[in-house]
Order: sequence, then C-alpha cells, then structure tokens
Amino acid sequence: MSFPLPQPDPMLLSVRDLRITFPGTERPVVPVDGVSFDIARGEMLALVGESGSGKSLTSLALLRLVPPPGRIESGSHIELGGVDLLTLEEKALRSIRGRRIAMVFQDPMTSLNPVFTVGDQIAEGIRAHNSVSRKNAMDRAVALLAEVGISDPATRVKNYPHQMSGGMRQRVMIAMALACEPELLVADEPTTALDVTVQAQILEILDELRRARGMAVLLITHDLGIVAGRADRVAVMYAGQIVEQATTNQLFARPSHPYTQGLLASVPRLTGPRSRLTPIGGSVPTPDAWPSGCRFRPRCPQAFSKSELPPPPLDVEPGHWMRCWLAEKGEA
Amino acid sequence: MIGPIAGTFRDVWASRSGRIGILTLAIAIAGVLLLPPLLQDPNAQFNILEGAVPPSLHHPFGTDQLNRDVLARVVRGAGISFTVAFLSVTLSITLGAFVGLVAGYHGGWVDMLIMRLVDGALAIPRLFILLLLLAITQHISLALFVIVLGTTGWFGVSRIVRGEALRIRHEVYVQAAEALGASPKRVIFNHLLPNTAGPLLVAATLGVGDVILLEAGLSFLGLGVRPPTPTLGGMIHESREIMLSGAWASIFPGLAIVLTVLAVNLVGEALRDSFDPKNATS
Amino acid sequence: MIRWLLLRIAQSFATLATALVILFVLMRLVPGDPVSAYIGERRMSVEDTRKIRQRYCLDCPLPRQFAGFAGRAVHGDLGTSIHFPGQPVTQLIRERLPATLLLGGTVLLLNFTLGIGLGVWQAMTKGRWIDRLLTTFSLVGYAMPSFWLGILLAWIFAVKLRWLPPGGITSIYLSAEAGWWTTATDVATHLMLPAITLSIVSIAATMRYQRDAMIDVLRLDYIRTARAKGLTEGAVIARHGWRNAIFPVLTLFGLWLPILATGSVFVESVFNWNGLGLLATEAIGARDYPLLMGTAILVSSLIVLGGLLTDLGYMVLDPRVRHR
Repeated sequence: MSFPLPQPDPMLLSVRDLRITFPGTERPVVPVDGVSFDIARGEMLALVGESGSGKSLTSLALLRLVPPPGRIESGSHIELGGVDLLTLEEKALRSIRGRRIAMVFQDPMTSLNPVFTVGDQIAEGIRAHNSVSRKNAMDRAVALLAEVGISDPATRVKNYPHQMSGGMRQRVMIAMALACEPELLVADEPTTALDVTVQAQILEILDELRRARGMAVLLITHDLGIVAGRADRVAVMYAGQIVEQATTNQLFARPSHPYTQGLLASVPRLTGPRSRLTPIGGSVPTPDAWPSGCRFRPRCPQAFSKSELPPPPLDVEPGHWMRCWLAEKGEA
Repeated sequence: MIGPIAGTFRDVWASRSGRIGILTLAIAIAGVLLLPPLLQDPNAQFNILEGAVPPSLHHPFGTDQLNRDVLARVVRGAGISFTVAFLSVTLSITLGAFVGLVAGYHGGWVDMLIMRLVDGALAIPRLFILLLLLAITQHISLALFVIVLGTTGWFGVSRIVRGEALRIRHEVYVQAAEALGASPKRVIFNHLLPNTAGPLLVAATLGVGDVILLEAGLSFLGLGVRPPTPTLGGMIHESREIMLSGAWASIFPGLAIVLTVLAVNLVGEALRDSFDPKNATS
Repeated sequence: MIRWLLLRIAQSFATLATALVILFVLMRLVPGDPVSAYIGERRMSVEDTRKIRQRYCLDCPLPRQFAGFAGRAVHGDLGTSIHFPGQPVTQLIRERLPATLLLGGTVLLLNFTLGIGLGVWQAMTKGRWIDRLLTTFSLVGYAMPSFWLGILLAWIFAVKLRWLPPGGITSIYLSAEAGWWTTATDVATHLMLPAITLSIVSIAATMRYQRDAMIDVLRLDYIRTARAKGLTEGAVIARHGWRNAIFPVLTLFGLWLPILATGSVFVESVFNWNGLGLLATEAIGARDYPLLMGTAILVSSLIVLGGLLTDLGYMVLDPRVRHR
C-alpha cells in the first residue's frame, strides 16, 4: 500500500458473483460467470468487452431483464443502496426500474415503440412512477427533450420515432431514461448503431448530464477508445468474466492483462488511421464451450504452463487487479 | 437435391407436431393402399332392407343407409380424396410457379397485368368459382374434378412465387449472373426456382389440406364425383338423412377428413418453420 | 395521404372490375351454356329456347354480352332468377342478406374478441399446457369441415340433448305479433348453433395469427424498453405489445371474409339458416345461373371492401402508414 485511495461513500450498486445461465442441450450454458463490481454514487464505470463477452447480459441483469429462458443463478447478489434487487417482488422491482436505475439501449431504431409519439413514451415513464397529470408529464417531456439537446422540443414531442433520425432517437431514449432522475444510468452500447459524428454528440450529452445531475453511469461498450477521459474506472470483460479492473488512468498507463493489451493496441489514436476493433486473432469463444483454465489461453500470446489453471483475481497494484497468473510473476 | 430434402425432412421430424403429422399421414396412406383387399366391396349392398347397421365385428364402422360397409367406403373415399388432392395441388403449384416466375422475372407491364388479374381472382372465394364451374356440368368425372380444382388453386401460389422471384432477381449474385450473360432460362431454373422451392413446398402441403376440405364440401353440396363412387364429403351428404338413426355413417368419414387435414397441416407448419430464417439455428 | 387513399379506392374498383370480368369469362368458359344446363332433361320447344336465349342475349358477340352484363350489374340489375321465376336476383339477395349479416357479424365479433383474447393468452403462456391445449383446439377446428361439425353439433345439442333448435331462424310457432324481446331471444337461440359452428372453424386462424404476432412482438427491443421503464406487465403486454401485434390480425380480416362466405354456404345449408349461403345452395340445386352469379358478385364486392377497410385500419392505427 503506497498511498491511501480516496474511499468513496458506501457503494451505490454492488454486484457479487453474478452468474447467468441458459439451458443448453447437455448442460447449462453460462454466458456470465461470476461477475463482481461496484459503482459509487456519481461514478462512471465502463464495462468493456467484445460481443459475446456477456457485458450486455450483465447490464440487463441489473434490472432483472435477462430474457427467458435465461436466469440469474442463486448465489448471485445485486444490491442497490443496500437493497437486494434479486429478491425483490415484482411491485418493488418496478419501483426501481426506470426510477432508480434507468437504461439506454443499443439500437434506438428498435428500442422505441413505433406506434406512439415520443412524448407519450417519455410521459408514460414519468406517470408510471409519479402521480402527475398527463399534461404535466407532457410538459416535463418537452423540458427533457430540450435538456438532451433537441431543438424545437414542443413540436418534436408530438413526433413518432420514424420521423426522427437515429441520433435524435437516441437522445429521446436518454430523455426517457432521465425522466425520473435515476441514481444510476445504464447505457448499453449507446452509440454503436449511430454515425461517428453523432456518437461523439451522444457521449458528450451523457457526460454533461452525469456531471449536472451527479448520476452514476454504467457504460457498456466494446470501444476502449471512448472510455479514456470519460470513465472513472474500467472493467474489461472476456468470456463471461471480468479479466481486469482498474481506474481508467491505471488501465491506460499500465494495461496488464494480455487481452487488455491486445484491445488497447488497436484503439484508434487521434493521429493515424482509424481501424476496426479486431485486436487479437480468433474470436471470443461461445458460452457453451469456455476454454478450461484461463479462458483467454487459446488466443493468448503470453500463455504459459500455469494458464491451464483458472486464475483468480490477482492484484497488480492497489485498486487494480486482473485474472492472469502473470500478476504473480510480477511481469505485468 | 438430396441434401436439402433430407435436411428438411430432419427438421420436420425434429418437431413434435411435424412428427405426429408425418406418422399420421404415413398410417393413412398405408391404410388406403393396403387395406382394400382385406375389406368388403365398398359398393356392395349386403342387405338393403337392413339399412344402417351400427358398428359390429363384421362392420367395424357400421353400414350406411344402403347397407354398405362404412369402413370400406371410408378407405376408398380417402383414397380418392388423396388422389384428387395430390393431383390437383400438383397442377396448381405448377401453374402458380409458372405464372409467378413469368411475372417476377419479366416485371414491368407483364407483371402488372398478371398481378392485377390475380388480385381480381383472389377477390372471388374459390368455392364460388368452383360452384359456377361445376353447377353447369352434368356429369362430373374424376379427371374434370382434378382439373377444375387444380386450375382454381394457383392464384395465391403465383403471388408468393412472384414475390420471391422479384426479391431474388435483385440479389447481387443473380445480377452478376445476368451481367455475365446467363440466359433467362438459366436464371429462372438455376436461381429463381430453387429459391422458391421452400415456399412452394409449404404452399403445396397446406394446399392439400385445403383441397381435401373443398372436395368434401363440394361433394356435400352434391357437386362432387358422381355416386356411387364413395367420397368422404359425399358420404356425409348421403347419410345426413339418417343422422338420427345412424350417426356412425357420417361421423367416421368426417373423422377421416379431420385427421388427414390435421396431419397435412401439421406437416405444412413444420415445413414452414424449417424454412423460416427466424428459426434458423447457428 | 388523401392521394394515397383515393388511389387505394380506385385500385379497389379496378380489382372488383377484374373480378367481374373473370366471373363473366367463367360463365362463358364452361361447355354448354346456362340455358341448356337449366333445360337439362326438361322438355321445351325450340321456340321457347330461342326466346330465352334472346332474352339473355346469349347469341350476341362476347364483348357486347359483357358490356350488357357489366352495365346492368353497375345499376344493381343482376338479372332474373330462374329458380324463383320472375324475381330479380337483386331483390332475392336483399331479402336474404340480413340473415347472413347477422350470422357473419356474430362470428366476426366472436373472432375479434374471443379469438384475439385467446391468441394473446397463448402468447403469454407460450409453451405451457394451456397454450398447447388451445393450439390443439385451433388446429383441430381448422381441419374440420364446417358442415360436418354443424351436423355433429346439431345431432348432440338439438337432437340428443334438445337444448337448442336444430335449424331455421325463428320457431315456426313464433307469432308475427310477438314482442321484440320474444323475437330477439328466439332468433338468438336459433343463432347459437350456426354461429358456434362457424366460429370454431374460423377462430383457429385468428388465434394462430394473434398468438404468433404477439410472440414476435414480445421479443422486440421496445418491449424491453417498456419493462425497463417500470411499467406493469399488463401495460407492457396490452399497450406496447398488443397495439403492435394487432397489425397481422388486421391483415387477416381480409382473409376472414372469404372464409366466412365459404363457411356460411355450408353452415346455412346445414342449419337451414335462410341467408345468402342457403340461397346459393338453392341456386346450385336448380342450376340457377344468374342467382349464383349474383351471390358471387356480392361476395366479391364484400371481400374487396374488406381489403379496403383493412388498409384504412392500418392508416388509423399505424403512424408509419399514416405519414406515407
């Protein structure tokens, strides 16, 4: 212990040993296998991984929206301000959804209902949690649209989703998520489906809102490039597990897990050509066939004999750990 | 061709309802083919004075108002129904595929004209077309029946095929083939037809069920194949008067219709599921 | 939008006109002509035959025949019945239409309420025993010949149990001066069996469509969004789910009408329900071609109208169509 870390307030959200299983042909498939992390109030945690790593399922689990037949195994814990979300009854769970934890999904084209106006869809969330009149809820919706940077919100509120561009729809999704002033905003790849220029704008808005409202954000992404300078901490996910977790500064200064190093090596810099994110040969294994031992072993350039055993989380430095035996060797 | 067929069969067999359908159909077809020598003559009137006799060991399904063996007539009637359905559906699928491919391949005004005609034809319920055609005919032979059913059943099929053909026509690989000088015949037979095979098979299977029901209905209205040739619908029609005293004479042919149509539809739906990309595995 | 609507209406007329041409050609296509079919084994003098042929303009050139046929049809003149001598086809149809509309309307209502409700219920209980049971029920219903089911139900409920009348629209004992309530209940009891029969064979399609549509919609992203907002499951299903799953069922509306028209021919015949379907079967028995033609034209018009109404329904319910 070199210097004392600033101890944050009691954690807002605390996830422990999250395991999600789906029935498989022979034995259950485990796309999320023992994920643990915390988010403090007002903090932004980025959960980074390729598609198939289990990051989206993890985010859905926070609101118990894992699509059936998937289920969260007993022994998993998700606590929000000390309340165990996994044992809540339907009604109590609903009072969390949208009110204390809100979500922004990946594809704004399909995440909005095509037959209702965006105003209706925003107001609906407000009225689900507050006893306000339709009129008041609509006024609030207009204000929210203005807040996420939509011009002429009074007209736009009466628009249907198909009358809006992708970027604008994602702003609507964000407005919808903000409607009940949640303590935690979960953004699942909020910019993946959008044009590059629009991506930057959406991230900017998320950043501003977070600062203005002191709201915690869990940002799910496959793009380490958008994490730098934005998130407080980063958790890298691979094959259903978090393989490295650190503050953003630590991670970029000292990427330790070979997988993280691979990811980082292909992050587009401000200079030089932009490239697609295919950092490492091969692709993420499928959840029905996680490799034994270290799950990254088959693709890892630095694998060695001990990699045949599954590595536990090992400290790299204070506040920075990884699931790799290299940490023991001190080579990281 | 063997590969896809075997694969499709495996898909259908893999679904429980598809398996039930295939088994039921197999049993029904085996019964129609193998049973007749073991049964009585379907047209023999054993003792006309006795009329309708309830089911017994000698007549497992009883006899009808003319003292004919109901089981033998059901088996023969089902055979005729299957034959009519199979032949007429083959005819209508061929017609529908031809018209649909012409419209979809040619496009333009030909497509426009054909599809407007099909729209018009689809606005008339098939039963009414059949009524108009058959009501005027004095002696309805099996061949005529097949032709009439076949030529009135292709409108919907042509629309499906045309849609598929139009879609595939604009796929890059077909455009490429055309750019490389593939003849229309080649494009139609190598690209369009194989790609419409799935929807066609589904339409054909479901069409068999429809035709069996239609054929029964027409026979019930007295517009079927002439008596004494047994048909399932005709048997229900003839024994309607003796419903009070001999319900078995109409119950069994009806059950035969329900079971075969049900089986055919089960297979048809399983086929549709197997061609549906939504259900594609991997 | 107005433009689109007008275009759609024009298209409907074109479709109907095409149907008319097809019906006309069919009538001419069959070997022999209506008169010889009608005459059949009857004895009739050559002179009489000639007169009839002249009256129906059967020896005129085809285009002229069609012009006359179409011109009269547009003015509501569908010719004179042969079976009911001297009676205009239009008048016969008008007399029989209410009974068929009552039967068909009841069945449509049942489809719209019960069929849709059961379909949604199936989607929500997908794969469980209740869904399987209802699926089996709908598959069997779809495979049943309506006339056979009708005979069976009449046998059970009218003959064996004597709960309901076996046929007709009113009791023969019902006096003409009976109050409206007595008349209404009498008609209602008579309506029961034909309506149930026709519902069982037609509701299957509704349930299937609604079930599959609902299952598809419940998989979509915006349903997840609705749940994430903290809405009750009821609001998610009814507001966000069903409101979108209604569209395939709306399309089915266009298919219902042919099914109902076809079914009513058989069911009306079984239950002696004095509507258009029974009229058609009477026309078949008498080889009454003008009458058969008249009913076919009417049914086709109803089907074209149904298609138009379906599209209008889309326009009202789907903003994406509305803003086209």
